Amino acid sequence: MRVLRPLWDWIESRFELDGTVGEVVRHPVPRELARRVGWFYVFGSVTLTLFVVQVVTGVGLAMTYVPAPNSAYDSLVFITNGAAFGSFVRGLHFWGASAMVVFALIHMTQVFLFGAQKFPREANWMSGSLLLVMTLAMAFTGQLLRWDQDAFWAVVVAAQQAARAPVVGDLLATIVIAGQNVGGATLTRFYATHVFLIPAVIYLLIALHVYLVLRRGISDPPKPDHVVDPASERGRYASALARGIPFYPLPLFRDAAASTAAVLLVAVLALVVGPPRLGAPPDPTVVVADPRPDWMFIAYFALLALIPRGLEVPVIVGLPLAAFAFLFLLPLVRPYGYRHWSRRPLAIGAVAGGVIAYAALTFAGYAAPWAPYIPGPDAALPSDVTAGLSATQARGAKLFQTSGCWSCHRVEGSGGRRGPDLTHVASRLERDRIVARILTGGGGAMPAYAGTLSPEDVGALTEFLLTRR
Amino acid sequence: MDRRSFLGRAIFALGGVIAAVTTLPIAGYLLAPLFRRGNELVDVGAVDGFRTGETKLVDFDDPSPLPWAGQTAKTALWVRRTGADAFTVFDVNCTHLGCPVLWQPEAKLFLCPCHGGVYNSDGTVAGGPPPRPLHRREWVIRGGRLLVREAPLPRSGGA
Repeated sequence: MRVLRPLWDWIESRFELDGTVGEVVRHPVPRELARRVGWFYVFGSVTLTLFVVQVVTGVGLAMTYVPAPNSAYDSLVFITNGAAFGSFVRGLHFWGASAMVVFALIHMTQVFLFGAQKFPREANWMSGSLLLVMTLAMAFTGQLLRWDQDAFWAVVVAAQQAARAPVVGDLLATIVIAGQNVGGATLTRFYATHVFLIPAVIYLLIALHVYLVLRRGISDPPKPDHVVDPASERGRYASALARGIPFYPLPLFRDAAASTAAVLLVAVLALVVGPPRLGAPPDPTVVVADPRPDWMFIAYFALLALIPRGLEVPVIVGLPLAAFAFLFLLPLVRPYGYRHWSRRPLAIGAVAGGVIAYAALTFAGYAAPWAPYIPGPDAALPSDVTAGLSATQARGAKLFQTSGCWSCHRVEGSGGRRGPDLTHVASRLERDRIVARILTGGGGAMPAYAGTLSPEDVGALTEFLLTRR
Repeated sequence: MDRRSFLGRAIFALGGVIAAVTTLPIAGYLLAPLFRRGNELVDVGAVDGFRTGETKLVDFDDPSPLPWAGQTAKTALWVRRTGADAFTVFDVNCTHLGCPVLWQPEAKLFLCPCHGGVYNSDGTVAGGPPPRPLHRREWVIRGGRLLVREAPLPRSGGA
């Protein structure tokens, strides 16, 4: 080691790292962080580490991925099935993205419940909320680069959503798909956006965010009676920090330990579960599609199905903008006052409400009861439903299968979930009510069949349904 | 203006020159393709290839695709022959959010897999979230061939 001493002295004299990097590493943090509560402070570093994982794995994927519409899918098939470690790298990139979204949200929740977004750290929060938006934009554009059927239709849906914006809608939609239709120009633009544009913004925002964290200092864990008063807060914090501990080694060790755990979790998921399945190759002429977004957007997908008619533009266009404005401006609403969660029931309610709403919508999105059941060519009603039917009833059962009833109604556990389960319909409705409902439709979703089915067909269908007691 | 404040303003002006020289061509380069509007009549098949009353999925190639567009140069349409010289041509895109609707010949309905939109055979909304009927395409018959007018990806706002 003694031989290296002159070398280190030379580096230090030329680079002056001790006063810059050394200063950052040793910067004081509140002494409470030495206690177990310090573990709550690791999530920002975990998110940053996961971003680095995304950059490394993303560069790796870009070495092979071909961002051209006629080759992208094939290059992904090669990465997944042909390239050494290709499936694992794709898995790391997908689960790293998922983990980055999750840990960014955990980080924000912790900051919010600790009241750390209040004076003088409002700008920390605001730059962080921009980072969340950019992270979600990466998740969305990344999903499109998969360029399978789901990705192709996700592009179409994104364009249609953009088109709902008042006045500038068509222009926005044209920008999203880079022309008047999805085509040769679409994918390269999403690719450049995903690998150059958004990452550049993220680098700048991370620099700003970390700069602000260092300048404002790590907030101390709140005490129940701690009231932020902008007149005295900086002085109070400075005297608390005077008794602080250095960031190195203990808090930095905890960041490293938690980051390692997160990266290992991502690696295990990449190995065990693997990358997301590639769907069918993108083909606008194959209309038998069932497009679904990745998990982080399933809640929004569900919301789009559940919004009442007439509220579509406010929800599709207004809600994301309002949600972002709310998040961005949140610390400015109450930069003072109690920090401790036990004194902020509204804050706890907001977090709980947000988590419950997101979970419920995600659940609804995966169940998708509104999506029609499209029977395959060999699909048939369960045999105990069709057993022992008369000729007319059997014809009605056939019509039930082929006339669209089955797409929205279940019988003995088979069929769609959009409309009521008809397993026991005859015990609820009399003949006349069944006939009337078939002829006129109703419920906001069921088409009227008066023009589609002949009176004999309606009669046969009714005879079949009357067997469902 | 003294020399000092002149130099201060000059710094900003020079920055503006550099920004203009780099961003204006890039803006034009990126925006120009967005306003290329295809409005041609494209051939989707022989009139005799359609049986009256049948609703059939057809597709056509973008008349001037980028060479690397591959399958994405294609557009699909639902075509129904309604008489000797009469057709109805629908876009496949649901008017809710653009997912592809699927024709169910026996039920005589178009179903959308994404959010459960349902359309009658004439394209009117039978149920679910779609705000308006399926978009229709202009068509003509020329020399025994059915030609259909190109159109932008159906947008929910306009026609």
